[in-house]
This record gives sequence, C-alpha cells and structure tokens, in this order.
Amino acid sequence: MFSKLMAVNEQLNEAYLNENKGYTIALIGNPNVGKSTVFNALTGMHQHTGNWPGKTVALARGSFLHHQKSHEMIDLPGTYSLLAHSREEEVTRDYICFSPCDVCVVVCDSTCLERNLNLVLQTLEITDKVVVCANLCDEANKKNIIIHKEKLEQALGVEVVLMSARSAVGLDELKEAVMRCGVKQGEMHRSPVVYPSMIEEAITHISKVIQKKQLQERFIAIKLLEGNQQFYQCVKNKEAVQTIVQQEIKQLKDCGAYDRLEDSIVGAINQKALHIANDCITYQQTDYYEKDRKIDRIVTHKVWGILLMIALLGLIFWITISAANVPSELLADGFHIFEGKLNTWFHEIGMNETVRAILMDGVYKTSAWVISVMLPPMAIFFPLFTILEDFGYLPRVAFNLDGYFRKAKACGKQALTMSMGFGCNAVGVSGCRIIDSPRERLIAILTNNFVPCNGRYPTLIAIITMFFAGMLAAPWSGIVSALLLTGTILLGIILTFWVSRLLSMTLLKGVPSAFTLELPPYRKPQFAKVIVRSIFDRTLFVLGRAISVAIPAGALIWLFANITIQDQTLLVIISDFLDPFARQLGLDGVILLAFILGFPANEIVVPIIIMAYMSSSYMMEMDNLTALKDLLVSNGWTWVTAVCTMLFSLIHFPCATTLWTIKKETGSWKWTALSFVIPTAVGMSICFLISHIAGLFM
Amino acid sequence: MTLQEVKLNTRAIIKELKVQGSIRRRLLDLGILPNTVIEPVHTSPSGYMRAYFIKGTLIALRDSESSEIIVEQRG
Repeated sequence: MFSKLMAVNEQLNEAYLNENKGYTIALIGNPNVGKSTVFNALTGMHQHTGNWPGKTVALARGSFLHHQKSHEMIDLPGTYSLLAHSREEEVTRDYICFSPCDVCVVVCDSTCLERNLNLVLQTLEITDKVVVCANLCDEANKKNIIIHKEKLEQALGVEVVLMSARSAVGLDELKEAVMRCGVKQGEMHRSPVVYPSMIEEAITHISKVIQKKQLQERFIAIKLLEGNQQFYQCVKNKEAVQTIVQQEIKQLKDCGAYDRLEDSIVGAINQKALHIANDCITYQQTDYYEKDRKIDRIVTHKVWGILLMIALLGLIFWITISAANVPSELLADGFHIFEGKLNTWFHEIGMNETVRAILMDGVYKTSAWVISVMLPPMAIFFPLFTILEDFGYLPRVAFNLDGYFRKAKACGKQALTMSMGFGCNAVGVSGCRIIDSPRERLIAILTNNFVPCNGRYPTLIAIITMFFAGMLAAPWSGIVSALLLTGTILLGIILTFWVSRLLSMTLLKGVPSAFTLELPPYRKPQFAKVIVRSIFDRTLFVLGRAISVAIPAGALIWLFANITIQDQTLLVIISDFLDPFARQLGLDGVILLAFILGFPANEIVVPIIIMAYMSSSYMMEMDNLTALKDLLVSNGWTWVTAVCTMLFSLIHFPCATTLWTIKKETGSWKWTALSFVIPTAVGMSICFLISHIAGLFM
Repeated sequence: MTLQEVKLNTRAIIKELKVQGSIRRRLLDLGILPNTVIEPVHTSPSGYMRAYFIKGTLIALRDSESSEIIVEQRG
C-alpha cells in the first residue's frame, strides 16, 4: 500500500516537473447528489461525505493524473440553480463564468434527474464545455428508473456518463469524457431553452448590440435583462448595451411581462427539463419510492418518531460505552507497562530526574490517558454516527424536531448543525452556513456548544461510570451509563431550544423565516468504507489534535505542581485562589483550573484533574477507574461534585478551535464573546443552583 | 385551495405561488412552480410541517409557506 502511494506521489511530482498541466475541471451539482463522492473517487482524497444536503460548504481542490497529465479539480458548493440567489450559488456561478475552467462536470442524481436537469440547462447557457455525470445510477437501477443515455446526449448536446461514484463505476468513462470535452472546439449544435416570445425578442435585440469580451451574447443578454449589473464587465460597448437594455426592460414593463420575468425564465427551463426527462427517462415502476415512504411513516411518526430518535441515541451510547470498556483497559494496561519500562530505562541511562519527571509524570501520563480513554469510544461512536448520516436519517431528525425550533423562532435546519456538533462543535458552527437567514444562523452558531462534542464524552462517561453506574453488575452498568449519558445529552438539547428561544426574544428578535428542507432518499450505508474513513479521517484527526494539546498541557501542569513559591506549589496557589469561587459552583479550584487549562481542547480536562490531585497526594498508580474514584473521593468529591462537573463539562465556554471558527464565521468579536459568555453563564447558574439546593439536604 | 389544505397522500397541481422574495426563488429552484404535481406524504410530529413529494424528491415545508401556495386538487 505504502509503496503504491509513493509511486503515485512520484508520478504526481514528475507530472508537475514536466509542467504537463492538464485541465482545470469544476464539479457542480445540486446539493446531496454525491459531488464529494465523485471528487473523492477521482482525486483519491477524503472529503467528508454524508447523505444530507449542504455537506460541502467551502471549495475543495484536488488533482488527478490521467495520461501523464495532472488535472486540477474544484469541488464547488452544491446549488440548485445558477440564478445566484444565495452566496453558494453566486460563488458557483461566478466561478463558471469568470474563472478559467476548461471543463465543467455537472453531477446529477439519477433518481431525480428531471430536477437536476434544470442546473444542466442553466450551465449549458453559460458554456459548452460540459460533461453530465448521472451519478447514483445504481440507486436508479434499484428503483427501475432507466436513463436512455444516447437520447439524453442528443437532447442536451453534450456527453453523458452514467456513474456510481461510490463503487467507482463509470470513473474511467468520466475521465475520458472530460478529456474529449477539453479538446472540443467550436460551438455545439444544440437547442437552447426557448423563453416566451416577448423575452426572446428582447434577448435578440440586446444580443445584436453586444460586443462581447467573454461568455456568449445570449447569456449576457439574459443576465442584463434580469438586472444583473455585474455582467456589464463582459461587454466592450457598455454605454450602447446599457441603452438597449433599458429600452427593452421598459418595453417588457409596459406590457406587464417584466414583473414575472424570473418566473417565465425558470418556468421555461423547467418546461424544457420536463420534456427531456419525459423523452429520455423511463420509470418502469410507479411505486419506486414506496419503501422509503414506509420507513418514513415510522421514522416521522407522531409518537414513535421522537421515541425512536431518543432510543437510537441511547443505543449508540450503549454500544460505545460497553464496547469501549475492554480496549480502554487494555490500552491503559499497555501504557502502564510501557511506562515502567521507560522509567527503568531513563534511570539506567542516568537521565536528569526533573526532565524524566516532566516527560513521564507530565507528558506521558496525560497523553496516555487521552489515548486510552478517548480513542476507543471515538473509534466506535464516529462510525456509528456516520452510518446513520450515510443512511439519510439526519434530515428526518430535523423534520421531527422542527416544531421545537419553530417555537424557538429558529430554523428547522438547526437540528442538522446541532447533530454535527455531536462530532465536533467547530464543524457544527461552520455547518451553520446551510441556514440562509442571518438571524437564525447566529442563533444556531451561538447555541451549538450546548451539545457535547466528542472531546467531552470521555469526561462524562468516566464520571458516570465512577459515581453512578460502576457499582452495578455487568449488563446493567452499561445500560445505566448509556441512559444517564442520553439524559445529559437531552438536557443539552432542551437547553439549545431554551437558549435559542431566549435569543429570539432578546438579542436576535425576529420572526422565523421561510426555508425548505430536503429529505433525501434513503441509501444503504457503505459499512466498510464508513468504518475505515471515519476512523482515519475523523477519529485520528481529533485524537491528533487532542494529543498535540495534551503534550504541552501535561508538561505545564507538572511544572505548576512542582514549582514552589514560599513553600507552596504554583498549582496550590492558583487552585486555592480559584477555590472559593469554584466551591460556589459545586466544584473545587482544581476542577475549575482544569476547565480553564482545557480551553484548547476539552479532552484534557480529566487528565489535568488527575495530574493535579496526584501531585499533591503522591498517589502514583492510576490504572483503572476504581483507583481514580478513590483518588477523587480522597480529594473531597461527592456525588454533588460529580453532577456539577458533568454539568459544567456539558455547559461551559466553547474550546479555542470552536471560538476561532465562530469568529471566522460571524466576522464579529461581539458574537464570539457572546458565544463564550452565554454557555458559561448558563452553566455556572445551573451548577450554583444544584450545589446549593443539594447543600440544603446534606 | 392552498397546498396546506390538501389531504395527505392526495395529489394536487400547483396553480400559483403567492410567496415572495428569496423563498419564492428557492421554491422555483426545487421545481415547485405552476403546473407541477405535488403530493403531501408525511406530517412532522409537531404538526406544523409537512413533507411533499415532487418530481421524485421529498421536500419539507412549514405551513406558513404551504398556505401561500395555491393548488387545484386532482383525484
């Protein structure tokens, strides 16, 4: 495998050296038609894919080798049209119009080709250099939808490739078609979309005047007629064109055809798409969507729908917790044995004791905890979650939860960004771009942190196991842990609704704006691929980030615990300083310090707590959760401390990466600061209340 | 009648879109435009949103939008 990769790498380098630059190829398509899958299949890269619209929110670039040439690929955000209504559409349209792309591949979903043809027809108005890639044709086959390739090619005037990118069917054909399209010269003989006669007349009049710099006269004329000023840059004789455009607009207005210009244009495109679809697609089975409907009837059922959602969440946690136990212990044991060996070896070579202690008691122990406690649950949770995502379940969750978000005057798609937050809040925040209304997008960004990301599960799971479920017998401890964790997450979700509502009533007043939510067809998840990809792309990435923070943090906390000022360690001084305030929240100085030091990554909160306690109590063995519980209890932990630590872990400031993403997405320090303050204030209030109420009974 | 009033699993033909602004364009992009067949197939548990089958796809709309779409019922 490695040697093969090296060989490919060398080939790529060689290609660059020879300056054999190939084509620049743009990939466009409706959301959720598998553009990213096509992109990955061609470039061998691993963009995250999933069965819901809006996965790709930014441009991705890659390249592939074909016939000794390196071709550059650009994966553009999914768009339904090129009429530039939203930011993504504008990005895509401008790219196709004004960037030097040699070939434009329009990826379509074969199971609903008719709608996808709209985008194909719009693209063909801009350029001839188009290859249509009818993706997901395996799904279409299953539904007995037959696409007549030759007829379709004739109707569109460009090549059509039937493809199933997931199983790499049609990949070579697509490459070849792209190469043929790249060398194609001159204009094709194809029939453009015909608009109502009055509009056609106006287009003809304007086209005649235009002396173009780039693009086609007809397309420029349509855009100018629509009132799009940007396209004057495409003509040499701006003044003359401006005059005729104004004349034509006035004429259309006079006969009442201008108000509905857009409707007429879209209508004509749709009409043509319908005609082509009728000619070129046969549906052999009229109830091809019946299976999906049956699943949806259960999944979106008034009672069962919500219960199923909670049950699935609980099930995922239960599998994660029970299956992660054994590998976690094995890893911890392994690290422990290795630690002893390393220590002996360091003694033998006569290493400086302080250096050894920083490396082993600080860096090694913290990293070992992060790996042994985080890796197994992540390696189980991520694939399970991705399978649900791949199946197409997440948009149904949004459909089911819409009522709650509607009450909070927020967007129903917030359920999608919230679900992404389960993996990583930073990803959830950038995912908020799928929400069009700026007000609702801000609400989604500010509340994303109320669902715990993967970095926080280990903390929650460890505390639940130690204090609430560990004493139970084998099957029950896992079940109770999963139930408690699910409960904690549900609390986070409820807080998301409440805080969203609160924001809608105060800082972000407004009425819910209209939106559409697409429920994509269910697709059979690709289990093997999902497991491999989610482990390599997500798990190892998150783990790598955690370790890169754990290493300096481990060293830092060791220094804190060992540098003394007036007979007191720095750690004691800082934690004593924080202690009175932390006690009010049911925590202690060390825990609060751990959360503060855990700002770069939440994963290291528990190891910091352990390090800090160990350094003061000289308890050096820490290989299982029972010993850990003894350590915590001997440092004054009660069940109230456990509950408050869990709650504060669920509800506190976002990690550094998430905050940085929020700054990037909102472009405002004010909203970044608020996203820090809101969860911290809510978390502190809840912890304060709980610890004081519990204090009354103890 | 409006799209919101169409019974579940009953087909209707869109006659007119009364919604304005960006959502109107989004609906047009999705193929929700006059002379298209549309059929409500699922109701969200909250009751304020329904999923419609149109051109081989499922699109969910809140009632605030579907009540602004004029349709004609078909058997």
